[in-house]
Amino acid sequence: MKKGDLLAFFVFIFVIILSPVFSGSSYALTVGIFSGINALAALGLCILMGYAGQVSLGQAGFYGIGAYISSILSVHSGLPTVLCAVSAMMVAAVAAMILAVPALRLKGHYLAVATLGFGEIVYVILNEWGPGGPSGFGDIPHFGFFGYTVDSTTGYFYLVWGFVAVVMFFSINLINSRTGRALRAIHDSELACKAMGLNVAALKIKVFVLSAAYAALAGSLYAHYMTFISPSSFSLFYSILLLMMVIVGGITNLWGAIIGAVVITVLPELLRRFEELDVLVYGLILTLSLMFFRKGLVPILIEKIKKLRGFAVAKH
Amino acid sequence: MLTVFLQFLFSGLTVGAVYALVGIGFNITYNSTSIINLAQGEFVVIGGLMMWFFSESLKLPFFVSVVFTIFAAGLIGLLMERLTIKPLKNPDLLLMIMITIAVSIILRGVLMFYFGKDPYVYPSFTEGEPLSIYGAIIQQQALWVIGITALCIILLFLFFKKTIIGKAMLACAVNPTAAKLVGINVSRMVMLSFVLSAIVGAIGGMAITPISLMEYDKGPMLAVKGFCAAIMGGLGSNRGAVLGGFIIGILESMTAGYIHSGMKDAVALMILLLILFYKPAGIFVSKTMLQLRKF
Repeated sequence: MKKGDLLAFFVFIFVIILSPVFSGSSYALTVGIFSGINALAALGLCILMGYAGQVSLGQAGFYGIGAYISSILSVHSGLPTVLCAVSAMMVAAVAAMILAVPALRLKGHYLAVATLGFGEIVYVILNEWGPGGPSGFGDIPHFGFFGYTVDSTTGYFYLVWGFVAVVMFFSINLINSRTGRALRAIHDSELACKAMGLNVAALKIKVFVLSAAYAALAGSLYAHYMTFISPSSFSLFYSILLLMMVIVGGITNLWGAIIGAVVITVLPELLRRFEELDVLVYGLILTLSLMFFRKGLVPILIEKIKKLRGFAVAKH
Repeated sequence: MLTVFLQFLFSGLTVGAVYALVGIGFNITYNSTSIINLAQGEFVVIGGLMMWFFSESLKLPFFVSVVFTIFAAGLIGLLMERLTIKPLKNPDLLLMIMITIAVSIILRGVLMFYFGKDPYVYPSFTEGEPLSIYGAIIQQQALWVIGITALCIILLFLFFKKTIIGKAMLACAVNPTAAKLVGINVSRMVMLSFVLSAIVGAIGGMAITPISLMEYDKGPMLAVKGFCAAIMGGLGSNRGAVLGGFIIGILESMTAGYIHSGMKDAVALMILLLILFYKPAGIFVSKTMLQLRKF
């Protein structure tokens, strides 16, 4: 890990540990839990888009597969929830692999539509054949480790963000590894990569599978927190929301995915006071932030900090 | 047997016509900017709701309402381009597409604020008995929808092939730098493409509302279907969008009729995926052409 990332990571852990202490209400913590769940899915999409340069509008499909497989397994087979989550991630990974082989030959808008089609097909399947159909099903057990069940809000907050921290740690290392450098090279020029002897297709598929597994983990955590799920949470709208998080946070930086997820999750809660106008204000804020913070919040923040440091150094 | 089949076919054609118009709307902006304007579905909703506002709420005569609706939709398209797309210099495509999504959220917010969440409807353009072909019942409005779509396609074809402005817009699509060099005002062409696509969408909305009602949140689904239609035919190709729209519309109504109404979206999208995997650039666009594109 690079020095900057390491420092950021420590600050991140510190913030996670302290936030329940200062949050004040369980409502704020609940919003925090949803931010964490979204951050997991957004991280996968960020690696896929920002580093491998592939668009996906089907992440909600993997998110839904994660939630449904994990909850069906835990309700019907009584397996420990950890195993259910792992199996859900594996199912999503296999689905991603099957989709990726033909889909990743496509580019740009065409890839976007192919993944969108996949997401919608999952959505329809959940509606038609998922337990409870469109109205969903409940009584999903809480997440637990080895006989210990996490059912307090604070506990779940730590659980979700613990997962985010682990996934983040793994992802930062991945990005700075040989694979990560290869990914960025694909983003810049696929042709050059092929000429250098990189197996571009295999790498793209791997990243796609990884992003699907992250989304499935997020879905599983969502299901075991809500204890009730219905297909409407896994529609195209969620895929677009994830895209928005990654772009608002800054597509070229993994921390952007986390910041973006928090901002996009918290924003509608803050806008509740506008009542009927909340959708309008939400759209306005999104439009303006996309127009004026084009690189995304995190890259802009980093630039600002670097500038300030430049001034400080110049003074001495 | 034949009656039922014809019934499904006609309802498929009617819905497909609207998808085709939305798809053409996507193509118009895509061709001149490479942007996919995902607020395209909102223009259909604006068309339907504005028409209701002028003809039912203000009780204006039919033709005046139509003109006002077209004018309003065009104005919204113009404002959208001037306020959000034009200010961005050396734009990133993905960012612009996200901005169109954000604008669609604003439009939805405004529509919900003024019209609420109820569906709206107004009478068909012409009154009269529905037609009957081999026992299949066809509403007159369905013929209006299909006819208006056909008229739009013909007019657009003439516009792009015969008028100097249309040719200039196509030139921007092929090569913006070269277009600029021969003295075409590229920025104005981009603006025009947004206005034109907004109007095409609104026309679809005006025509379909008497049949399928219109509410503020119909936009995204229409945009997705129209996008699929455009992709199926090959992005940028108008005859592709028309064919794609009708294929998706007919598949949907056949699936809903013969298999199960909940499956209609899945089957249409499955066919789309298969077409894309077999012919990655869509039906009417060749692979070499695809490689020349930025996105």
